[in-house]
Amino acid sequence: MEDKVREIISKYDSDKAFLVPILQDVQKEFNHLPHKALHRVSVFLDVPISRIYEVATFYKAFSLTPRGDHQLTVCIGTACHVRGAQNLTDHIERILGIKPGETSGDLKFSFDTVNCVGACALGPILEADGDYHGKMTISKSNKLLKKLGKKVVTDEED
Amino acid sequence: MVTLTMDGRKIEAPEGATLLKAANSANIEIPQLCSNEELEHYGACRLCVVEITHKNRTRIVASCIYEVAEGLEVNTRSERVLNVRKLVIELLLARNPRHPSLLKIAEDLGVKKSRFEAEIKGCILCGQCIRTCREVVGVSAIGYEGRGINKRVATPFEESPPDCIACGSCHFVCPVDVIPMKEKDGVRNIWKTDFPLQKCESCGRYFAPVKQLEYFREQYNLPPEQFSKCTHCR
Ligand code: FES
Ligand code: FES
Repeated sequence: MEDKVREIISKYDSDKAFLVPILQDVQKEFNHLPHKALHRVSVFLDVPISRIYEVATFYKAFSLTPRGDHQLTVCIGTACHVRGAQNLTDHIERILGIKPGETSGDLKFSFDTVNCVGACALGPILEADGDYHGKMTISKSNKLLKKLGKKVVTDEED
Repeated sequence: MVTLTMDGRKIEAPEGATLLKAANSANIEIPQLCSNEELEHYGACRLCVVEITHKNRTRIVASCIYEVAEGLEVNTRSERVLNVRKLVIELLLARNPRHPSLLKIAEDLGVKKSRFEAEIKGCILCGQCIRTCREVVGVSAIGYEGRGINKRVATPFEESPPDCIACGSCHFVCPVDVIPMKEKDGVRNIWKTDFPLQKCESCGRYFAPVKQLEYFREQYNLPPEQFSKCTHCR
């Protein structure tokens, strides 16, 4: 872990101004921000750990706990909201058995909501592992979940 | 020096001074909870608001961060100002309905009860503890966690703070006394962590946290036997 963190930081010339992108890279590498890695960042950048903790807890995109293999995010911005983002959120909550901000026990899925991803015309948006899926419906989301390896039992046959 | 008008009075203040400072030197009292002479300007509590007039337009600004300017007209007690202050203190009372210093400010503003439902947190997020730790002590052991309604003062990962030297500055500077610190049998407890105290070689009194003394020695390159005795026996 130490080497990996060092490598990421040297990419940014050990410049503390790049703390956020550094943390993004660390998160990409380890799928979350492990405490140990943050302590390394603190030492290498000479930034107090309290500062790093502030940044890591400020942004929703950072997670201090392990994330699932797949990340699902429902946009609940205004445009998506009026087009039924709430139904979609409820549905995914029910299928995965977790609330926004949580990760399933088997570490397969993490689920979040976000306020506007900037693709309002395509709302409601369901983001899966970084890809935006527009004009989302319940049955489309079922298909997507199945593709990601989730067993979805539905009444409708498709 | 610049000249400005405050509550109808002409006053003088050095350039770069804040309105709050200028007011205080002119014996005009403005309530405040987060400004501290030893610390950088911050402007978190918004209790110190005043109304300024500039070319027929009035504005509400935080006096602890707004600097004096030639010819500025300031009203520290207009109806609008008092309304904002009332709102602020009521919001703060919802977080901490009991602390005497808040109750005193509320009383001065004629506020008897907060219109907001209590959501007791104790801490009013003035940030003085964090800023003192960073700017004065220089160790930065504590910081904020989260943001918005979840924002709070915390140690990293809510664990024992590795950089803390147990100096207690955060405890002493807190205006609403919500950072507990206890001392018992040669141990100081702060941030849920026990820190041993140094015993004086001559009189046997416990006089300061070992970590704090170590920090001082390191900072000023002092010999290891420095601080083996308390201030009385030195
Ligand atoms: S509201 Fe969902 S993309 Fe803008
Ligand atoms: S004293 Fe000015 S905002 Fe707190």
